[in-house]
Amino acid sequence: MSDLIRRTAAEMADALAKGETTSVELTRAHLDRIAEVDGALHAFLHVDAEGALEAARAADERRATGSPASPLDGVPIAVKDVLTTRGMPTTCGSRILEGWVPPYDATVVRRLREAGLPILGKTNMDEFAMGSSTEHSAYGPTRNPWDLERIPGGSGGGSAAAVAAYEAPIALGTDTGGSIRQPGAVTGTVGMKPTYGGVSRYGLVALANSLDQVGPVTRTVRDAALLHSVIGGHDPKDSTSLAEPVPDVLAAVEQGATGDLSGLRIGVVTELGGYGYQGGVLERFKESVDLLVQAGADVVEVSCPHFVHALATYYLILPAEASSNLARFDAMRYGLRVLPEGVEAPSAEEVMRATREAGFGDEVKRRIILGTYALSSGYYDAYYGQAQKMRTLISRDFENAFAQADVLVSPTAPTTAFPIGEKVDDPLAMYLNDLATIPANLSGVPGISVPSGLAHEDDLPAGFQVLAPPLKDDRCYRVGAALEARLHEKWGGSLLDRAPDVKVVTR
Amino acid sequence: MPEISRDEVAHLATLARIELSEEELDHLAPQLSVILDSVASIAGVAGDDVPPTSHPMPLTNVFRDDVVEPCLTPEEALAGAPEQQDQRFAVPRILGDEQ
Repeated sequence: MSDLIRRTAAEMADALAKGETTSVELTRAHLDRIAEVDGALHAFLHVDAEGALEAARAADERRATGSPASPLDGVPIAVKDVLTTRGMPTTCGSRILEGWVPPYDATVVRRLREAGLPILGKTNMDEFAMGSSTEHSAYGPTRNPWDLERIPGGSGGGSAAAVAAYEAPIALGTDTGGSIRQPGAVTGTVGMKPTYGGVSRYGLVALANSLDQVGPVTRTVRDAALLHSVIGGHDPKDSTSLAEPVPDVLAAVEQGATGDLSGLRIGVVTELGGYGYQGGVLERFKESVDLLVQAGADVVEVSCPHFVHALATYYLILPAEASSNLARFDAMRYGLRVLPEGVEAPSAEEVMRATREAGFGDEVKRRIILGTYALSSGYYDAYYGQAQKMRTLISRDFENAFAQADVLVSPTAPTTAFPIGEKVDDPLAMYLNDLATIPANLSGVPGISVPSGLAHEDDLPAGFQVLAPPLKDDRCYRVGAALEARLHEKWGGSLLDRAPDVKVVTR
Repeated sequence: MPEISRDEVAHLATLARIELSEEELDHLAPQLSVILDSVASIAGVAGDDVPPTSHPMPLTNVFRDDVVEPCLTPEEALAGAPEQQDQRFAVPRILGDEQ
C-alpha cells in the first residue's frame, strides 16, 4: 500500500500546499487502492475515475498558481450514495433508482466541488439508509475491513469501510439514527453527526426528514472538523437549515488536542450503558472516561429517564416519515417502472404497485407498512401522536442533563461488529444497534463517535460517543480531539494501525 | 395493543401502493406484529399536558425573496423519466373503466 494514502486528510492537504505531492498523484493512489481491495470490501457502488482525475488536475492548476479553492483543495473524497451527484448515478442502495443520474448536485456535493475535492465515487449503504449493517443494500453487503465476514455498520457502512481501508481519506455520510456514528464505532473510524439544520439537506434523498443530517466520516477528529467546515452553514434551498454560523470546530480541535479538559463537566448517561452492552465495549468506555478525568474533566452521572423509550419512539417517527417520503417513488417521473404481469393496459396505480413491489427490498417494505399503520386514522393518536410527545420528553431530558454537564458521553454502539447474516431477518435485534445513537437524532443535538480501542472478546473496534447541546458542535470536537490525543499516546499510534491489511485477508 | 393481522397488512400494503405476494405477507405480518408490540411500550407514558414535537429545531415561515432563480431545464427534469412525450411525463391511464 502506498504510504501516501495512509496519511490523514490534513497531512495530505499540507503536502499539497508544500508541493510535495499533487492531487492527481493522490487521487490516482486512491483509485489504485480501490481497484486493489474493493473487490473484497464492496464499499463503492460507483467509481468515477475520470471525473475525479479531471477535478484533481484542476486542483493542481489552482495550487500551482497559488490560489487553492480551500484548505482541502485537491484532497479526494467519497460520497454516500444517498446524496445527489450531477452526472454520477445515485441509487440510495435501491433497485428502484438503479441507474438514475440526478440532474442536480446536493448542496453539500456542490460545496465539495467548489472547495476542489475530487469525488472518487459513491459508497454503499442500506437501502434508503434503513439499517445498521449495510446488508440491506440491493447491491450486496459491504464488508468490514477488520474482518471481512463481519458487517461494517450501517446505514453508511460503505463510507466507513472506504475510509477505514484507505480507499478514501474522508467521506460524507448521513445520520438518521446513528448511520454515521455506529459505522464509525465498528470500523475504528471517526463519525460526526452535526446539529440538525447545521448542514444542508438539499439533495439528500429523505429517509426521515426531521431526523436526517449529513456529516463527516474520517480517520481523525481534525479531518472531521476540516470537512465539517467545508459542508456546514446555512442553505436557502433547505427550509430547515439554520441561519447560524458554523461553530469554530477547527479551533475546538486545536484546543482539545492539547489534551487539557480542565473544568469541563462530562455527564455519563445512566440509561446508555449496562444491560445489552458488550463487556469489552463497556471496558473501553470506562477507560476513555478515566482518560478524560486525567485530562482534567469532572465527571458526573446524569439520568435521562425517557431515553429507555427512545428506540420505540424512533421506530414510530421514522417509519411514519419514511412512508410519506418514499411515496415519491411512483414510477412516473424517474426511476424504475415495472408493468404488472398479465394485465392489459394497466392503470397508474397498478403500475405503481408492481414497481414498488419489484423495486423495494424487505426492510423498506416493512417500514413503509409500519409507517402507514402508525399514520392511519384510529391509530394516529396511539402511535404517532404518542411518539411526538415522547420526543418532547426526550428533549427535556437532554435539557436537564446539559444543565448539569457540558457534554454527555456513552458507548456509541452496544456491541462490536457482528457476523454478516446474523441479524438480517430479525428486525428488532437489528434495531438495538442504534440504542445509544437515536436520542441525538430525536432532539437534533450533535454527536461524534471516536475510536475507543478494541474489545477484549473479539479484538474488534468500539466507539466512544460525545453529545453536546444544539449548535455546540465545537464541544464534540474538543472532547473528541482530547480523547483521541490521549488514546494515541497510550497506543503509540492510531487504532487503524492495528487493523489487518485488507489485501492480506482477501480470500 | 392490537395485533396486526395478515389481512390488515394486505390492506396497508394497498394503501401504500405496494403489491405483496402471498409469501411476503406470510413473512412480513408476524414481523410487523413483533415490532408493533415492542413500540407499543410508549403508550400512556406521556401525559395529555405534554406538547408534541414534530421537528427538533422549530422554524416557522421560512421564505426566500421572490426572485427568479436558475432551475432545471425541461430536458433535465425529464432526463430520468421512464417514458416521455411532447416534453411531458408520459404516464399510464389514471382512470378506470368505472370512472
